[in-house]
Amino acid sequence: MSDTAARSREEEPEEPGDDAPEQDAPQSTDDAAADTGSSDTPVSTGAESVVAALEAAGAKTAFGVQGGAIMPVYDALYSSSIRHVTMAHEQGASHAADAYGVVAGEPGICLATSGPGATNLVTGIADADMDSDAMLALTGQVPTEFVGNDAFQETDTVGVTRPITKHNYFAGDADAVGDVVGEAFELARVGRPGPTLVDLPKDVTLTETDRTPGPAKAPAGTDPDPSADPEAVERAARAIENAERPLCLFGGGVIKAEASDAARTFARTYEIPVTTTMPGIGSFPEDDELALSWAGMHGTGYANMAITHTDCLIAIGTRFDDRLTGGIDTFAPEAEVVHVDIDPAEISKNVYADYPLIGDAGTVIDQLTAALRQVPDADEWRERCQEWKETYPLTYATPEDEPLKPQFVVEAFDEATDADTIVTTGVGQHQMWAAQFWTYTEPRTWVSSHGLGTMGYGLPAAIGARFAADARGEPDRDVICFDGDGSFLMTLQELSVAVREDLNITVAVLNNEYIGMVRQWQDAFFEGRHMASEYNWMPEFDKLAEAFGALGIRVDGYDEVAPAVEEALAYDGPAVIDFHIDPVENVLPMVPSGGANGRFALAEDQL
Amino acid sequence: MNSERPDPAEQAEADSKSNVEAEPVTDPNPNRPSGRARADGGRMAAMPGPAPEERPHPEGRRNTEGIRIDPVVEAEHTPRRAVISALVEDEPGVLARVSGLVSRRQFNIESLTVGPTTVDGHSRITMVVEETDPGIDQIEKQMAKLKPVISVGEVSGNAVCTELVLLKVRGEEPDKVHAVTEMYDGRTLDAGPRTITVQLTGDESTIDDALDAFRQFGILEIARTGQTALARGDVPTAPGEKPGTAGEPTKPDQR
Repeated sequence: MSDTAARSREEEPEEPGDDAPEQDAPQSTDDAAADTGSSDTPVSTGAESVVAALEAAGAKTAFGVQGGAIMPVYDALYSSSIRHVTMAHEQGASHAADAYGVVAGEPGICLATSGPGATNLVTGIADADMDSDAMLALTGQVPTEFVGNDAFQETDTVGVTRPITKHNYFAGDADAVGDVVGEAFELARVGRPGPTLVDLPKDVTLTETDRTPGPAKAPAGTDPDPSADPEAVERAARAIENAERPLCLFGGGVIKAEASDAARTFARTYEIPVTTTMPGIGSFPEDDELALSWAGMHGTGYANMAITHTDCLIAIGTRFDDRLTGGIDTFAPEAEVVHVDIDPAEISKNVYADYPLIGDAGTVIDQLTAALRQVPDADEWRERCQEWKETYPLTYATPEDEPLKPQFVVEAFDEATDADTIVTTGVGQHQMWAAQFWTYTEPRTWVSSHGLGTMGYGLPAAIGARFAADARGEPDRDVICFDGDGSFLMTLQELSVAVREDLNITVAVLNNEYIGMVRQWQDAFFEGRHMASEYNWMPEFDKLAEAFGALGIRVDGYDEVAPAVEEALAYDGPAVIDFHIDPVENVLPMVPSGGANGRFALAEDQL
Repeated sequence: MNSERPDPAEQAEADSKSNVEAEPVTDPNPNRPSGRARADGGRMAAMPGPAPEERPHPEGRRNTEGIRIDPVVEAEHTPRRAVISALVEDEPGVLARVSGLVSRRQFNIESLTVGPTTVDGHSRITMVVEETDPGIDQIEKQMAKLKPVISVGEVSGNAVCTELVLLKVRGEEPDKVHAVTEMYDGRTLDAGPRTITVQLTGDESTIDDALDAFRQFGILEIARTGQTALARGDVPTAPGEKPGTAGEPTKPDQR
């Protein structure tokens, strides 16, 4: 890539950063800095106050790639307690930071230089935005006097990332930059989480300042009231009590709000069956009797039956994505909807909320619990849900004359690992099998790209998840990345990071030599015309892994699966298993795009 | 694994065959996958359970806004005009944030004006939108999420709304132009031998009527500010907004 060469050269004929700061000194002083900062401390640089703000906010790890305009920040990281992980590509840094945040429960941090560095972060920022993941991106920028002049490696980063961040900042003032970074970190975390970005011009990070950033605080009005309107809670409680067919739908918001325990107690106390969304996987143990697993396009038949027939849907922390709802006209068509969400804009955005409860998931669950006077009379409904579990089980066949089935691989890993194992995925068929055939019981163990659907998310996410588990003092947790061959090819250069950092992760490539989900759709909706979905050549991933310095294993048959899984898990360092699976295996059940959830197909000819 | 692509003609034949015949085709090269040959004929075992049409399905439906349809009285949401006023922090990019939001979420807007208020650092954005009630609700909620937006809401129906229009017409009939200008309480800003430039202000219907009248002269150029609005009396224009004078905060108590 041309930017790499340019970045490493750094002869900087147009880099006036070193001599510019004096006359570029900022004119305006930010309110936050004036309020809280102190100015009787030794002189430091803008970059040092950036790092000081991150340290003060409790940041332990950052992922990034060096480059010209961000060099002052990296220089300040040199003597910081924050562990910086150099990734192979900025996209990898953004996904690693995103996954770090998911597992650690605090904003992940990624850094990149200006121009291509910043634009390479864009996919990961958009991914975090769609999944409401707390993340802080710090990007270098050309010196302020060059901004707008199409300078070398200049991109309007604030402009590019405006629609995919919760908020972004152009830090034009060395005295305020530390406070801005602290504010951005907090803003990513409070309320509905999301990515924030601070663009850091090189002259600002080089400029000396005597101001130490104050305690990080979110902007006024962005940290919402956790409690819902008590009268609305009362009304919702009456609706739940009187329901004959109540159903919980737990979304990713339950996990983000650390409300999984409260949600579990709620469902069990009132004996209400539970479905989840995909981001909500892990909020409720899938081996519980009340669990119906996740609903939506490739969700379980029983979850989709329940969501179709419920008369009271208690939806917590979900935005009713189209992959969950299918066609809106047939989504929970007879249900009164109790919608709990911290973001008022999600209320009645896609599905009308009969009982909107705006607040923090855990707090509102407590409010509902206090308001509920009885368990809904729903014995018959629970029986029906159990019957659906028996009628529409998730199954797959393993005929001896056919190649290895991917579902078998997922189950083999699940059996060989503990309940706290973290699963990351790319996007495609493998992602669905990993979601369907693994029994998730704990929050923050399922790390995937849901809303944006980013192929290539899995490996960098596994790296971020590994660091997060280690930072939490949980080095014994396994991290498994299920990836597709197409997905893996998109970011596999990050294997170099896993080897360099000696990370205990296992990549299970479910290799069908297809962009499998596209192939499946082509078979279903495009008369089997496999345009641009079929590879006629694939690298040998096991050998590629060895070339990187990782353990590489190839598996073709059922009897090789268990030994390979065991060897990879026991291996001290990153391992890649290339599972050559049945290329024509499809993901079922399936609700066609815009179709009725209750009409999910159980075979290709039902689509 | 590296094998040649099949001959296109053969492939086309195989394709057409595989679409009509249910019998499995033998894979010519077992080392590489051949989805065409194998995806055919329902090779994959169906998951257990009744087929879609054999399952019970509720009669109910939702409309496109996700509202359950009451078979007796179905709520119809037709688009209407609404004036939305937002008090915002006057920081770089605030207009880009608002206009980006409008375009990204496909809100239907007719006009957008922005200008300073009496308070340093605060601006007012006035937007005229044509949306359904749920759409208007979404605009307000999404705008409220933007960090620089202090307060936002729909200006009540009887608010004072006005627009300023500059228009340039042919100057061949100056007396007639003058008469029409007078009739609509306009002002003549520039009059030359070939063109006359007129300023008009008023609410939407006044402006519409005036433009109809001016059309007879041939409108050469037109510039319109778009509607701007303030609530009448003591009612705050943006929810919670305090009456502000220079130097006093207009910041509402809560967002």
